[in-house]
Amino acid sequence: MNKFTGKVWVLGDDIDTDIIIPTDYLALPTIEDMKQYGFSPLRPELASRIQEGDIIVAGKNFGCGSSREQAPEIIKALKVACVIAKSYARIFFRNSINNGLLLIENDQIQDVVKEGDMLTVQMGEYLQLGDRTFPIASLPDNLMDIINAGGLVKAMQRRNGIETED
Amino acid sequence: MGMTIGEKIIARAAGVEEVKPNDIHTITLDRMMSNDGTTHLTVDMFNNDLKNPHIADPDKVVFIMDHNVPSNSPKTAEAHKKMRNFAREQGIRLYEGQGVCHQIMMEDYVCPGEMIFGADSHTTSYGALGAFGTGVGCTDFLYAMTTGTSWVMVPETIRFNLHGKLREGVFPRDLILTIIGDIGANGATYKIMEFGGDGAHALSVNDRMVLCNLTVEAGAKAGIVEPDEKVVEYCKEHGREAVHMFRSDEDAHFAAVYEYDLDQIEPVVVRPDFVDNFATLKEVEPEKIAIDQAFVGSCNNGRVEDLRAAADVVRGKKISPKVRFLVAPASQAVYIEALKEGIITDLMEAGAMIMNANCSVCWGSCQGVIGENEVLISTGTRNFKGRSGAPSSKVYLASAATCAASALAGYITGADSVK
Repeated sequence: MNKFTGKVWVLGDDIDTDIIIPTDYLALPTIEDMKQYGFSPLRPELASRIQEGDIIVAGKNFGCGSSREQAPEIIKALKVACVIAKSYARIFFRNSINNGLLLIENDQIQDVVKEGDMLTVQMGEYLQLGDRTFPIASLPDNLMDIINAGGLVKAMQRRNGIETED
Repeated sequence: MGMTIGEKIIARAAGVEEVKPNDIHTITLDRMMSNDGTTHLTVDMFNNDLKNPHIADPDKVVFIMDHNVPSNSPKTAEAHKKMRNFAREQGIRLYEGQGVCHQIMMEDYVCPGEMIFGADSHTTSYGALGAFGTGVGCTDFLYAMTTGTSWVMVPETIRFNLHGKLREGVFPRDLILTIIGDIGANGATYKIMEFGGDGAHALSVNDRMVLCNLTVEAGAKAGIVEPDEKVVEYCKEHGREAVHMFRSDEDAHFAAVYEYDLDQIEPVVVRPDFVDNFATLKEVEPEKIAIDQAFVGSCNNGRVEDLRAAADVVRGKKISPKVRFLVAPASQAVYIEALKEGIITDLMEAGAMIMNANCSVCWGSCQGVIGENEVLISTGTRNFKGRSGAPSSKVYLASAATCAASALAGYITGADSVK
C-alpha cells in the first residue's frame, strides 16, 4: 500500500483517548462491540459513517490522555486507512504502531482540507489534495515492518515463524 | 557531555556508560505494573497469541485492581476473574482493594534510579522518588512482561527550577496545573520534565508525586524530582533502601529551562475540557458556577495531605444540599491514617461520602458517574469531555481545598470565601 486515496474526516486539536473511546464502553467484551462508540462524545454519528479506507485528519496532540490501547484498536477496527495529525501524544503513537495503525505527521493539511475531500497519500513522500502536495516523512523501516505485519504481536509471530490465521 | 537524571536512569537500565537524546536503547526493566483497566487484554494476548509464553520474572510484575473496585458489573467481574486467575497461575503479586495503583507502587515498591513500566499513563508519578516511570499500552506491557525488556528512545529533558515556598492555601496541584497551563497539553511531548531547586526540595515526597503524576498531561514521557534526603527517608520508612540517587550533571543538556517562584503561584481552576485550559480561582470565582458534585481523591490528589486540606475547609460546616461530595482515599494506608487523625469524621460530619480506596470519580465508570449537563469540580487527573460521565457534563479541576469549599457553597469558590 504505497499509494492510496481516501475520503477525509476532519477533527480538531487534542483529540483525547476518552473521546476516541469513552471509559464507559471499555468493559464491552470486544473491540468490535466498542467500535460503534468511537469518537462518540464529540461526534456520535462519526463511527457509523466512517467507511473502509477513509482518512482521519486532525490537529495537534492527537491521542493525548490515557494509555488505553483500545483507542488505536478502535480506529483500526473502523478500517481507517491512516490518521494524519499535526502531532501525536507519545503513548498513543507507540500503541498505534504496536497495533498496526498507520500514523502520519503533517502540520499543514488540517488547515486546508475539508471534510469529504479525497486525499491521496504517497507513503514517505507526500500528501496530495487536488493539485497541491504536502511533503511527509517516512517512518523508520523497523516501525513500518511492525505496521505492515499488523502490529507488534503479529510481527513477533512472523519473526518467530508462527504464522497467524489472517 | 553530562547527563540528566532521566538519561542516567536509561543508561543504567541499558547497561551502558552514556546515552544521549534520540538514541534508541534496549532496556531491562526493574518493575512492571498493570491494573484492571487493561490487564484482561494483556492476559488474552498472552494466552491466545504467543507460543509457549512465559513471564520473564514474576517478582518484577505487580497487578493492581483499582479502576473498577469493587466490581460494578458482571463484565468487570469477569475481567477481574481473568486477572486474578492469571496472577495466581503465574505467581504475580496481586492487589485488590488496597488502593490506586500508583499510590501502592510508591508505598510498596518504587526505588530511586529504577526504570518502571506501567500500563497506565500516570506511571510518571514514580519520579517523586527519583525513578523513571512511564506509561505504556498493553502490547508493550506484554512484551516487557514476557522478555523483561523493552526499547526506549532517549527523550530530551526540560528542567524546572522551583524557588521558595507556596503560600498558605496554595498547593502543589495549583503549581503543576499552572505549569501545564504555561507550556500546554503538548508542551513536553516525549520529554522528561525534571524538577529541582530549593522549592522542589522543600516539598514532601507526597507533594512531589502530585507534580510528577500530572506531567503526562503535558505529554511528558517521565517526570522526575531530583532525589534527596526526603527520598532516602521515605524509602526507609517503607522498608526499602535508596541506592541509585541520580542528579543531573552540571554540563547536562536541557531542551529548555524554566524558573518558577513558588510564592507567585495562585489557586487554580482549570476549565473544561482540556487540562491546559488554565484559569485562576480569582478569575472563575465571580462567575459563581453552580456544581452538582465535588470529588477529592485519585492518584493525583488522594493522599492524607489532600484529605486534610479538604477537612480543614469543611470542619464544623455542612455541604450544600444541592451537592454530592465524594472522597476516595488513594490507599488503605492513607484511609487508616486519615481515620486516626479524625479527618474522615470531619468530612463525614460535613456530609461527604467516603468511598473505598480506588480510582473512583476520576475514571468515570465505577463510582460517582455524573449525568447529562452536570458539573463536577474534581481533584482528578483529567477534565476531558465526558471524562467522568455523560458527554455533555463538565469537569473543572482544582485543589482539594477549592473542591471542598465549592462543596460547601454549591458553586465554584475558594476556601477563603467559606471561612
